[in-house]
Amino acid sequence: MSNGTLEVKAISGHRGGTPGSGVSRDYDVCKLVDTTTCIGCKACEVACVEWNGYEFRDTTFDNTYQTMPETAWNFWNLIKFNEVENADGTVSWLMRKDQCMHCADPGCLTACPADGAIVQYTNGIVDFNQEHCIGCQYCVSGCPFNIPKFNSATKKVYKCTLCSDRVGAGLEPACIKSCPTGCLHFGSKEDMKFEAERRVKQLQANGHADAGVYDPDGVGGTHVIYVLNDAKHPEKYGDLPADPSVPFFVKMWKGPLKWLGGLGIAAGVLGVFMHRVRYGAKNVEGEENRA
Amino acid sequence: MSSGTITRAGTTAPADQIVRYTFPERAAHWINGLAYIYCMVTGLALFTPFMFWMATVLGGGGTIRFWHPWVGLVYLVTIFWMNSQWGPDMAPIPEDDQWNKNIESYIKNKDDAMPPQGRFNAGQKMFWKGMFWCTLILLVTGVILWIPEMLPHKAWAHFLLTVVVFLHSVAALITIGLFIIHVYMSVWMTPGSMKAMMDGTVSSRWARAHHRLWHEKVTGRKN
Repeated sequence: MSNGTLEVKAISGHRGGTPGSGVSRDYDVCKLVDTTTCIGCKACEVACVEWNGYEFRDTTFDNTYQTMPETAWNFWNLIKFNEVENADGTVSWLMRKDQCMHCADPGCLTACPADGAIVQYTNGIVDFNQEHCIGCQYCVSGCPFNIPKFNSATKKVYKCTLCSDRVGAGLEPACIKSCPTGCLHFGSKEDMKFEAERRVKQLQANGHADAGVYDPDGVGGTHVIYVLNDAKHPEKYGDLPADPSVPFFVKMWKGPLKWLGGLGIAAGVLGVFMHRVRYGAKNVEGEENRA
Repeated sequence: MSSGTITRAGTTAPADQIVRYTFPERAAHWINGLAYIYCMVTGLALFTPFMFWMATVLGGGGTIRFWHPWVGLVYLVTIFWMNSQWGPDMAPIPEDDQWNKNIESYIKNKDDAMPPQGRFNAGQKMFWKGMFWCTLILLVTGVILWIPEMLPHKAWAHFLLTVVVFLHSVAALITIGLFIIHVYMSVWMTPGSMKAMMDGTVSSRWARAHHRLWHEKVTGRKN
């Protein structure tokens, strides 16, 4: 969903400049999810579906409290429930709100070949413009968090917009508004980092020595950050990657291969012209040769 | 070429013309060529933003994403069609070693240094082999890229997808290199070859100059 009030910083499949690159004041938004105070009520799941106007899709019961195994094209916000056995034999019940992380270095945008199908706003939101999406699903391969989901009927890919339509109008995202425990916070990245660190110190003082903030450097930091009571093992929270990054082959393809390929084609065309100029044609004696 | 009786390669046609490519051979080649050009142009549009305007020219990103794999199938089928017709003539012969050794002379148009060649010279066989194997890579990777939604939403599948996109691009770039040389040689470097693929015939002189062993075989002459 594009939003006209937001400045665009990066555009997928786009040559040349972007209107908002480097011109905005230093202000970016961030969602803070404090997993330690989430009670798994799923109000955020409902608020998300409601605000975005999708039908509530069928749920999958697999003997857990989780609504379905993973996010879907019309279900962008999923609480993941994880029962983890600790070293001392006790069990932790970890809940994590799974959604698009809005990476500062978005692999989806890097991989996307369609001009304008994915944009990154200067406030940090990464948004899909379905009208420009061609359905190739390269974004799926570029995402280290398994977030973009394809709809076979519309042949488009969808994901969390961080409520760019609400944020652009000065409102907080729908999930934030619905949270009853206050485990969801929304504000500038700086403020959210400050709040997260404050909470981590509190957790550490209360015996959670490994508590920390999840804001992975591999993707340049994210605009959704977590407070985890065991930041050393993010995988425990339902496939949260410890060190996510834009996949190697996506970087190779959009980096060196693109330039080498372009140069190679130009050199090839120039090369054969030079050959014609230097060595001429293979004329057969007595033949009428036109070229 | 006025006569419509071309049936088999090597048939002697009027006015000292020799049939080089039959109609089915030319049809396979040109259907393949047109399909290739479409796939190359639409593929380049998806490869680099500097070429994405080609997608717009050809009906938009969604249109080329839909047609690229289907036209790719046409390309694939006609590659196999050509292979069924030319496979035996593409087999290596002893003279090819000498040809490959003297390739620099061939490039510099010092053709007196080149050994006699069959219906296809060693360079054409190289081109064919390159196109054929790249096509197989494009097929395997292309099928996955056609319907990535069938892959499970697992880390290994997403990794596979990144590798497949990369390999598809590399194989396609190799074919573009071969394509540039192929088009140049037919249009500019070797006069008479375009006529051969369009009308189907070449002169005796041309056949003897470029493909002496083939000329001897089809005419039964040893001169």
